[in-house]
Amino acid sequence: MATTTHADHRVASQLLRRPTWTKGLGSWLTTVDHKRLGILYILTSFTFMGAASIEAFIMRLQLMRPGQQLVSPDTFNQLFTMHGVTMVFLAIMPLAIGFANYFVPLQIGARDLAFPRLNSFGYWVYAMGGLMIYTSFFLGGAPDIGWTGYAPNTSLSANPGLGVDFYAFGLFISGIGTTITALNLIVTIVNLRAPGMTFMRMPVFPWMILIMSFMIIFAFPPLTIAFLQVIIDRTFGSLFYVPAAGALPILWQHLFWIFGHPEVYIIILPAFGLISEMIPTFARKPLFGYPVMILASILIAFMGFAVWTHHMFTTGLGPVVNTAFSLTSFIIGIPTGVKIFNWLGTLWGGNIRFTTSLMYCLAFIVTFTLGGVTGIMVAMPPFDGQAHDTYFVVAHFHYVMGGGALLTFLGAVYYWFPKMTGKMLNEAVGKWAFAFVAVGFHMIFFPQHVAGLLGMPRRIQTYPAGIGLEIWNFMSTFGTFIMAVGLILVFGSVIYGLRKGRPAGNDPWDARTLEWATSSPPPYYNFDYQPVVNSIDAFWAEKYPESLHVERIDRSEGKKYEGSHGIHVPGQSWYPILASTAIIVGSYGLMYDNWVLAIICGFFFIFTIFGWAFEGVGGHHVHPELEGETA
Amino acid sequence: MSAHVAHPTDVPRVDGAPDQPGTRGMMTRLGWRSTRLPDVKLLMWVFLASDCMMFGALIGTYLAYHNRSLVPPFPIDVFDIPLTTVSSFVLLMSSFLMVLALHSLRIDDIPKFRLWTFGVALFGSIFLGFQVYEFVHFVNAGLSIHHNLFGTTFFVLTGTHGIHVAVGVLWLLGFLIQSYVRPTSSKDAVYLEIAGLYWHFVDIVWIVIFTVVYLVEFV
Repeated sequence: MATTTHADHRVASQLLRRPTWTKGLGSWLTTVDHKRLGILYILTSFTFMGAASIEAFIMRLQLMRPGQQLVSPDTFNQLFTMHGVTMVFLAIMPLAIGFANYFVPLQIGARDLAFPRLNSFGYWVYAMGGLMIYTSFFLGGAPDIGWTGYAPNTSLSANPGLGVDFYAFGLFISGIGTTITALNLIVTIVNLRAPGMTFMRMPVFPWMILIMSFMIIFAFPPLTIAFLQVIIDRTFGSLFYVPAAGALPILWQHLFWIFGHPEVYIIILPAFGLISEMIPTFARKPLFGYPVMILASILIAFMGFAVWTHHMFTTGLGPVVNTAFSLTSFIIGIPTGVKIFNWLGTLWGGNIRFTTSLMYCLAFIVTFTLGGVTGIMVAMPPFDGQAHDTYFVVAHFHYVMGGGALLTFLGAVYYWFPKMTGKMLNEAVGKWAFAFVAVGFHMIFFPQHVAGLLGMPRRIQTYPAGIGLEIWNFMSTFGTFIMAVGLILVFGSVIYGLRKGRPAGNDPWDARTLEWATSSPPPYYNFDYQPVVNSIDAFWAEKYPESLHVERIDRSEGKKYEGSHGIHVPGQSWYPILASTAIIVGSYGLMYDNWVLAIICGFFFIFTIFGWAFEGVGGHHVHPELEGETA
Repeated sequence: MSAHVAHPTDVPRVDGAPDQPGTRGMMTRLGWRSTRLPDVKLLMWVFLASDCMMFGALIGTYLAYHNRSLVPPFPIDVFDIPLTTVSSFVLLMSSFLMVLALHSLRIDDIPKFRLWTFGVALFGSIFLGFQVYEFVHFVNAGLSIHHNLFGTTFFVLTGTHGIHVAVGVLWLLGFLIQSYVRPTSSKDAVYLEIAGLYWHFVDIVWIVIFTVVYLVEFV
C-alpha cells in the first residue's frame, strides 16, 4: 500500500502544526476518523448511561419500602433530574449518533463524514457539556427541577443555586453539538453515497439517521433558544420567565415540547433503523416493505412536530386544542404500527437464527408495542387527566425509550461488536444476559403502570404504607437487581470479548450491507476499493447476485472511480477540541460571573475558528491494492 | 492544484471516472460525491433551515409577549421608524453588493471583488452602528433587558440578529484579508457563495423583524 502526502495542502498561515500521531492519547484527542469518534461517542454515552443507571438504582432503593429515608428529598430531586437529563441528552441520543458515526459512512460506502473536523467538534462539545453538568454534583448541588426544567422553577428567585445554571449551560452547549453533528450527517448521507447507491438502494439505518438528523435540526433550535432565555434570565437578569413581570411560564412548556416530542422520535428512529438491519440479517430475508418503512418514517417525522401539546393536556389549553392534538397523536400511531408489521412480515417465513441480537429485536417489538398501547391511552385527554404526572406515564415512556431504544442498542452492540473489534462476543453468556435484562426490565416497569393507576405521583421521594403501593414498588425495585445482573454480564462479556473473543472474520453473520464487505475492524480508509452499488442490500448482492436478480459487480469496478489520486484521508486537527474547550471554560466564566475569563475564552474561540478555517481539510491519499493485485 | 484546498467538490472531477446510471454523482479529489452540489453549499442550506427555527422561536417569543409589558416604555414610545428604515435600507443594499462581489470573483476580477466585499462588510458595520446607536438610545429612554418584557424580548431578538450580522462581517473581512495573503480566484467562489447565502438569509430575517417588530406597531 502506498501513501502520498500532499505537501501543498499545508498552508503557510497555519498556526498550529497539524498532528500526525496514529497511536496514543494525542491521536484520540485530535482524531477526525469517524470510526474513532464513533467509538468515543459509544463509550462516552455508555459511561453516562452507567451514571444514570446508578442514579436510578438509588432512587429505586429509596422507593423499595414505604416511608424510607435513604436519601433526602433534596437529593432525590437531584437524582431524578440528573437521571432524566443524562439518559435523554447524554446517553441514548449520543449512543445513536455514535452508531451513526461509525456505521453510516461504512453502510453508504463512504470514507468519512463530509466534514470530519466538524464531527470531532460535535463530539467534544457533547462530551464536555455532559461532564460540565456532572461537575455540578461537586460544585454546590446538581439541578433539581426535573429534566423538563419547567418555568418558573428555573428562575433565580425560585432556585438561587448554580444547579440550574449547569443544567441550562450544559444542555445548551451539548445541544449545539448535536445540531452540528446532525447537519454533518445530512450532508454526508445526501452527498457521500457510493456510486449507484440511490436513495431507494440505501440501507434503512442511514435512512433513519437522515430523517432523525432532519428532526434534530428543526427540533433543537427552539430548545436552544429556550435554554438561552433561561441563561439570560439568570445571568443578565432578563424577564423571560418572571411571572411578576407579566411573563408566561407556559411559553417554556411550548418551546420545550416543540423540541421534546420530536426528541422521542429522534431517539426511536435510529432504533427502528437498527432493528431493520438486524432482523433481515437473522431472518435471511430482505426487509419486508422497504419503501413503506421509509415512507412511514417520513410521516412519523412530519407528524412528530404536530403532537407536542399532548404533553400539556392538563395545562388548560381548552377542549379544541386538546382534541386536535389528541387526533394527531392517534394518527402518528398508524405509521408506527405499520413498521411493526414490516418487521413481523420480515420474520414470517424467514430462515431464522436466534442470535442474541435477534432476541433483543424481538424483545423490542413486544416492549415497544406495549409502550405504544399505553401511548395511545395517554393520548386521550380524559384518560391523561387521570394518568398525568403519575407512574403510569413514567412506565409508558420507559417502555418506549428504555425498552424501545435501549434494548435495541444492546442488540446492536452484539451485532456490530465483531465489526468494530474483529472479535466475537460469547453468545451463550449473551443470551443469559438478555434473559436477565428483558425479565428485569419488565419487572421494573410493568408494576409502575399499576402504581400509577393507583395514583402514585412521579418524582416523589417516598409514600405512606397502607395505600396499596408497597407490592408494586417492591417488585419494581426487585427488577432493578435482575436487570443489573444482566447489564453486568453484558459489560463483562464485552471486556472478555475484547481480550479473548474468538476472531470474527469480515462477515460473521452473513449480513447484507456494505460495512461487512470490509475487514473487521475496518482500515482507517474503510474500503480498499470504491464500492459500486446496483441494488438494495449491496453486500448481499455481491455475495448472492442471483437471489436479488442483479448482476454481480466486481470490486475492480471501483478502480474506475478512483482516478490516479487514490483515497483521500482527512488530516487530524487540534482546533475542534480547542474550540470546544474555549466554549466550556467560557461558560464556567459566565456562570461564576468571571467576565475576564469569559471574554478571553470568547476571543480564543474566534481564534480557533479562524485557525480552523485557514488550516483546510488537508490529509493525504492512500493507494491500497485489491487482493490478488501486485504492488 | 490550488494552494488552498479546503473542502471537497469545488475540486474538478477526475478524468475518466464513469457516471453511474441512476445517479448524478461525480468523482472529486476528495472522493465520490453523489450529487453535484458542493458539500459546503448543502451544509449552509441545511444550517439556514435550522436557523429559521431559531429565529422562529425568538420571534414567537416576542409575539407571545407582545403587549404584555406592565411598565413603559412600550414599543410605540421608543421606535423611530425613519431611522430604522435608513439602517434597513443600508442592510438591503449590502445584499446587492454581495451579489456584485460574488460575480466579480467568479469572473476572476479580484480588485472589484475586494472592493465589493469591503462594501458589504462596511454596510454591515454601518447597520451594526445604527443598531448600537438605537440600543443606547433605548437604554437612555429607560428600556433595558430587565425593565419590562418588551425590553427583554426586543433586545434578545434584535441582539441575536445583530450577532449574526457581526459574524457575517467577520467572515467577509476574513475572506478579504485572505485574498491578500494567498492567491484567491474563481475556484474559491463557492466559499463566497455560501457566505452570500448566509448574508442574504440574515437580510431576509431582518425584513421579517422590521415588519413584525417595528412596522406592525404603527398599523
